Amino acid sequence: MQQVIIRAEQVEKYYAQPSENRIQVISPTDLSISEGEIVALLGPSGSGKSTLLRMLTGLSTPSAGQVYWHEKPVANAEVNVAIVFQSFALFPWLTVLENVEAPLKARGLEPAERRKRALKMLDTVGLDGFQAAYPKELSGGMRQRVGFARALVVEPEVLFMDEPFSALDVLTAENLRSELLELWQNKTIPTRAIFIVTHNIEEAVLLADRIIVLGRNPGHVRTDFKVALAHPRDRKAAAFTQLVDYIYKVLTQPEAKPPALPLTPEGKPVRDQRQMHYQMLPHARPGGIAGLLEILLDHNGKDDIYRLADDLAFEIDDLLPIVDAAQLLGFLKVTEGDAAITPTGAEYANSEILRQKELFRIAAVENVLLLRQIVRAVEAKSDKSVPEEFFHDMLDEQFSEEETLRQLETAINWGRYAELFDFDASRRRFIQPEKQENDSTPASEVGA
Amino acid sequence: MIHLPDSSSYVRGRETLARSQVLQRSWPFVLDLCVAGIGLACFYGVVLLARYWFGHPMPEITISLSPRALPRYAFYSIVRIWLAYALSLFFAIAYGYTAAYNRRVEALMIAGLDILQSIPVLSFLPGVMLAMVALFPTRQLGVEMGAILLIFTGQVWNMAFSFYSSLKSIPRELREAATIYRFSPWQRLFELELPYAAIGLVWNSMVSVAGGWFFLMACEMFVLGPRDFRLPGLGSYLQTAASTGNASAITWGLVTMIAIIVATDQLLWRPVIAWSNKFKFEQGETSSRVHSPLLHLFQHSRGLRTLRQHTIQPIAESIYQRLADNRRRIAATVAPVSEATRRNRERWNAILRILVLILVVAGVLYAAFHALSLLRVVRRSEVVEILKGAFATFLRVNTALLLASAWTIPAGVAIGFHPRLARIAQPLAQIAASVPATALFPVVLLALIRIGGGLGTGSILLMMLGTQWYILFNVIAGAMAIPTDLREVAALFHFTTVQRWKTLILPGIFPYLITGLVTASGGAWNASIIAEYFRLKNQTLQTVGLGAVISAATDSGKFQILLLATIVMAAMVVTINRLVWRPLYRLAETRYKVGA
Repeated sequence: MQQVIIRAEQVEKYYAQPSENRIQVISPTDLSISEGEIVALLGPSGSGKSTLLRMLTGLSTPSAGQVYWHEKPVANAEVNVAIVFQSFALFPWLTVLENVEAPLKARGLEPAERRKRALKMLDTVGLDGFQAAYPKELSGGMRQRVGFARALVVEPEVLFMDEPFSALDVLTAENLRSELLELWQNKTIPTRAIFIVTHNIEEAVLLADRIIVLGRNPGHVRTDFKVALAHPRDRKAAAFTQLVDYIYKVLTQPEAKPPALPLTPEGKPVRDQRQMHYQMLPHARPGGIAGLLEILLDHNGKDDIYRLADDLAFEIDDLLPIVDAAQLLGFLKVTEGDAAITPTGAEYANSEILRQKELFRIAAVENVLLLRQIVRAVEAKSDKSVPEEFFHDMLDEQFSEEETLRQLETAINWGRYAELFDFDASRRRFIQPEKQENDSTPASEVGA
Repeated sequence: MIHLPDSSSYVRGRETLARSQVLQRSWPFVLDLCVAGIGLACFYGVVLLARYWFGHPMPEITISLSPRALPRYAFYSIVRIWLAYALSLFFAIAYGYTAAYNRRVEALMIAGLDILQSIPVLSFLPGVMLAMVALFPTRQLGVEMGAILLIFTGQVWNMAFSFYSSLKSIPRELREAATIYRFSPWQRLFELELPYAAIGLVWNSMVSVAGGWFFLMACEMFVLGPRDFRLPGLGSYLQTAASTGNASAITWGLVTMIAIIVATDQLLWRPVIAWSNKFKFEQGETSSRVHSPLLHLFQHSRGLRTLRQHTIQPIAESIYQRLADNRRRIAATVAPVSEATRRNRERWNAILRILVLILVVAGVLYAAFHALSLLRVVRRSEVVEILKGAFATFLRVNTALLLASAWTIPAGVAIGFHPRLARIAQPLAQIAASVPATALFPVVLLALIRIGGGLGTGSILLMMLGTQWYILFNVIAGAMAIPTDLREVAALFHFTTVQRWKTLILPGIFPYLITGLVTASGGAWNASIIAEYFRLKNQTLQTVGLGAVISAATDSGKFQILLLATIVMAAMVVTINRLVWRPLYRLAETRYKVGA
């Protein structure tokens, strides 16, 4: 067995609410990083990938549980890690060389030694000759190279990467990935383990020796397995595509068995979001849902979500909310990574705009509790208007402040499109939509 | 994300590099001479100042109206401004830092900023002066310190607020990078926090220094009962010149004032803005930049570089080394503290904190109680007087704002819409705006008296003098920000003039206009203290108003009235801000924002 460097024991993250509820971001999780492996952490947005990374590095303290660095609690240990950030996080007022030197300066190295090491590292990542440039003069790929140089110059035992390639274009990302892999395999860098957070499935399968997939609401480990493929890995190989497909299925499948729910210190069970009052509205626009259904119809009403994302050049993170929304409204059924259109869905996709709105209206009132409540509340009031705050407070019990606002925004968007209600933005109130005599909404008003 | 080929900017970088190298080789000696000259001048200035301050105490200063005395007076005024500015900068950084990193005091400190910003600084003048005179051995030094302290209170708050909000908006990943790479607080300050806040601090410094001139002109010459505090300086020169009606002296004084302001802009602000450009937190190269030959000179002087290599760099290095060693030592020696001792320590800390809190609260209560007990001797007729004054000043401030808007909105929109007009008008307006209104007061008053106007309407003019520029510049910026395609739509559909103003121009400039009006309103309240009560040629001009009440109370040493009037004014300014400006501001932010 390889030596364990970082071990997380029952770590969890939650935010206490004023009421007895609390918002669970990550349920109690065990996780470890061992010597000699590249670990990839995959998951949809909102599954707490970045939060988990920050707890493992000691940047953020878990709400409960403990992270150990070589079996010593992380708070008392000299943790030797580095992070490569999605946004690069370079200091724009420092030159490339100064950026790379900054961590060494913090460790009190002599100026001459500092410069020597930084220059050597810049050479290693292929930035020779750029030391006097400022980050803003460089392209995205070059900037991330500086990010790598800064991370590697401190010779970290574990190199953490938070979606390091997702701000780069496809070719640059591919190039940087293979160079990183080369450095790692030739042992050019003394790093003993790499931990990468990503939402790109292929990237994970290309790089990792071990893949951990997170689920959301709250974040938890869905599956944790080793990748036995030899490097360099061929994207076209059957074993590769099978693995990618498998992960897609895990990501899109409704969960077979929900994880055990933790207890609060007072012994009350934490409420799982799925068992809560309100569904979580996926943040998709009605226009996007219609678009997806029309494309599916062209594909004979059924397609693999992975292939669909690939065809549309969509990131899975961008496509999943739309799929979720269509599923919530009963326009779509997802089984084992395949999306199939339902009869209502087919009718919706084939109708003209006014009929679409009508179908959407019926589906929304039937399936979405929040929208149903807003409509009833507006109808029940004598002045036909209800303040946004009223629903804000109810959602607040269940979602974080940020999520509550996004939920309301989506609800307003859907409700306006379906002409279920209107929203007066200056008074922050839900009101009844203005009825037109001959209901002929011009097409330009439709949310896209 | 699309990346344009970056090679072009890279080539550009090379080119300028090559050019600068030529410069470096051919002129370093000349550059060094310039730098040395500046250094010598600074040294002489310090000597001159020391001789004046620590020399014999001057009981009664007579202001010479000879133009030959002007450089000396101007120099004294400049030194006062910059000492106060240096003080403000340090204080602003300390205040902002404390507020941003201490949850416990954050809300209190920010509320404090809000109120301190609205208090009319000039009403503190007498108290501060007397305290300082009592504190310092020679009387002159006391008055000097009082003036500096007053300018300080006039310029520090916006800088503190700017630094605080910069700290709060540092991107999370940059902070995390600093933590994960184990930056000490020292390194974090110099490599993350100060650079990130630099641009905001520079712009606010410009505003603050301009405000500093406003107050300095007012407090260089000031009477408290029988005592006459006078400081040799440009402000006292102008006031004396106006009192004696010496036209040529007035002209000389104003020319000097404008010269100083233009010089400060060229020699100081431009290089600093050009330099601060490197702290811009944005990816990609910007096209329009401020250029400054002076900055170029400093950056390419070989003498300065060697100096830096032998002084600042070794010091900085040793600091970094010591910090790193310290941390390593602490990490090595710190044994895991047992739960019991940790809890014990925490308990002591809590007790200590409560004790300090009790002491502070007691002190504040004591002082506040005594201040309030001063108010007991205020007579009812005086209260009525104050309230009447408050109402009059309220009307006057708003009339000034209305009149100022009436001409600045059309003018600003015209300038903003016509780039060619802007090129001519904007620099002129900038110079006009940067002359402190207080310097012009005596001159304008003199003219008013000649015409035969009273101070009642005259003070409105004086308030406008100082505050209209805020509105004008904001309106220009707002008009420029209206997208061209919206203007084209208005032209295409043949909007009538009224329709154009109602649907395009007014909503478009609304957020900017509000910003301008808020600043102008604060400035007008403050200006009322000098505008409603003025001593000229041994006669006192005054009108009904809160500012006049404050000034008169200052003159006759009635502190209870001064206190009450100041409280009333601060309360009014804060209330108006909360009830009128803040909702309007929010409306501007939500509804009238062009673009997302």
